[in-house]
Amino acid sequence: MSSVATNKRSFFSDFKRFMPLLKNLVAKDFKIKYRRSILGVAWSVLNPLFTMLVLTIVFKVILRVKVGPGVDFATYYIVGASLWNFFSEATSTSLSSILTSGALIRKVYIPKYIFPLEKCVFALVNFSFSLVAVLAVMLIRGVYPTWATLLFPIPVIYCFIFACGLSLFLSAVTVYFRDVQHLYGVLLTMWIYLTPILYSTETLEQLAPSMQFVKYILYLNPMTHYINYFRAVVMYGVYGDLPSIEINVVCIAMSLAMLGFGALVFKKAEGKFILHL
Amino acid sequence: MINNENAVELRDIEMHFNMSSEKLQSLKEYFLKFMKRQLHFENFVAVDKVSFDIKKGDVFGIVGLNGCGKSTTLKIISGILKPTKGSVETQGVIAPLIELGAGFDMELTARENIYLNGSVLGYSKKFMDEKFDDIVEFSEMRDFLDVPMKNYSSGMVARIGFAIATVTTPDILIVDEILAVGDFLFQQKCEERINKMMQDDTTVIIVSHSIEQIERLCKHCVWLEKGKVKMIGETAEVCNAYKNTKRE
Ligand SMILES: Nc1ncnc2c1ncn2[C@@H]1O[C@H](COP(=O)(O)OP(=O)(O)OP(=O)(O)O)[C@@H](O)[C@H]1O
Ligand SMILES: [Mg+2]
Repeated sequence: MSSVATNKRSFFSDFKRFMPLLKNLVAKDFKIKYRRSILGVAWSVLNPLFTMLVLTIVFKVILRVKVGPGVDFATYYIVGASLWNFFSEATSTSLSSILTSGALIRKVYIPKYIFPLEKCVFALVNFSFSLVAVLAVMLIRGVYPTWATLLFPIPVIYCFIFACGLSLFLSAVTVYFRDVQHLYGVLLTMWIYLTPILYSTETLEQLAPSMQFVKYILYLNPMTHYINYFRAVVMYGVYGDLPSIEINVVCIAMSLAMLGFGALVFKKAEGKFILHL
Repeated sequence: MINNENAVELRDIEMHFNMSSEKLQSLKEYFLKFMKRQLHFENFVAVDKVSFDIKKGDVFGIVGLNGCGKSTTLKIISGILKPTKGSVETQGVIAPLIELGAGFDMELTARENIYLNGSVLGYSKKFMDEKFDDIVEFSEMRDFLDVPMKNYSSGMVARIGFAIATVTTPDILIVDEILAVGDFLFQQKCEERINKMMQDDTTVIIVSHSIEQIERLCKHCVWLEKGKVKMIGETAEVCNAYKNTKRE
């Protein structure tokens, strides 16, 4: 065990020391989430399937939305939505993670970033279950995986880093202003519509000249890039081209910028958390 | 730099709390108050310019009336609270027993909690596997291992907590009144363990309202009054002076 001096705790020795805690907290969340439910983990697979069914009926069958020539709507939707759901679950559960861990924070020394990080990891675990649903839909709809599909961890890692950064920021700010919870709920609702989940960026080419700004918002939205990247590799040959170096640079830059910003705000705020819990 | 002979060095520690009765928790309130220039903070100094050293291997007591800042000082030493002013230096691994059931999730069973609490203290899974039986043995809670902790009595929770925190020989053990809830047999057992740790050069810091316990265990003591050091020195001297405090 490493020695800990109160004012010389290094980030990395702390991180190693508290890895088991991270694991235990994830396991605890897992037990609590799936305890007393008969279908248990199956819900994480069934849930996105049902949502996909309903939305496909509304958007494809009734509204006749097109996402591109020869692109299957159900697959298009569930691939994008699964990554979005990861992001939205990670950030909205992280948001209150410091608040709800008040009891621990007041009594023992723990690096506090563990709590939002743990929520992001737990969302990632749930995301991995939802991939079963994604794969099922792909096989049923005849969109078969290719070698490029194996690249799918790359956009997931980008998105994970981005979500961690935002989570650090949100969880810190929420300690000071509790109404961030409601504000973020509203923001997420707007955000999901400004992300190409139920429509595709290509259809935006037909926007009226006065509405071009919508396109720019979409391009400034990191989730657009992660989701398009995710689709491009998972649905390779059906939708989009393999992401170029530039796209990778944009994704990495956005993720690291968010992580840097979130970590900075969190570090500045964490010393005073305990006074507000 | 901390002196090699000291386990803890506190220099002019101050801890200020904002005691304004309404805590601002929403942006709207904050803006309204800000516009009306009503953002006043009522400052309360819970610990005021406290300085002392604790030698390695010492058993050190902190006495004082309710609310004089004992628990706050312990939290500053263990790194839970960051002092508003002053510097804290410590050497070695700290096992803090600040409050009952810190790091327990009452919904989980004792078995699950032992692992959870171990990881809260930064112990690895493998280490906890090795020590599991020790912990259960010491706490004498084998028959209740698979019962959710919410069904435990406070003494039973304290037993498990003490057993986990002392399963290693930490360099610094911090005990805040938790010995008080155990029955007298368990208290004796805890004191034996503390005595054994002293021989192993562990520094122990104890807060207790039982003066006899402090007199029995501690070599040195500090007496805090309203956040300030009133007296510091040999246990006998400090405790005698403290016992002579009169109700105002
Ligand atoms: N988070 C906090 N916010 C505001 N005030 C606090 C906070 N924590 C402690 N205080 C104040 O600091 C003072 C010292 O509290 P502390 O818990 O250190 O007392 P104590 O000496 O441990 O008392 P006791 O013998 O009752 O355990 C008290 O007046 C308390 O109200
Ligand atoms: Mg106290």
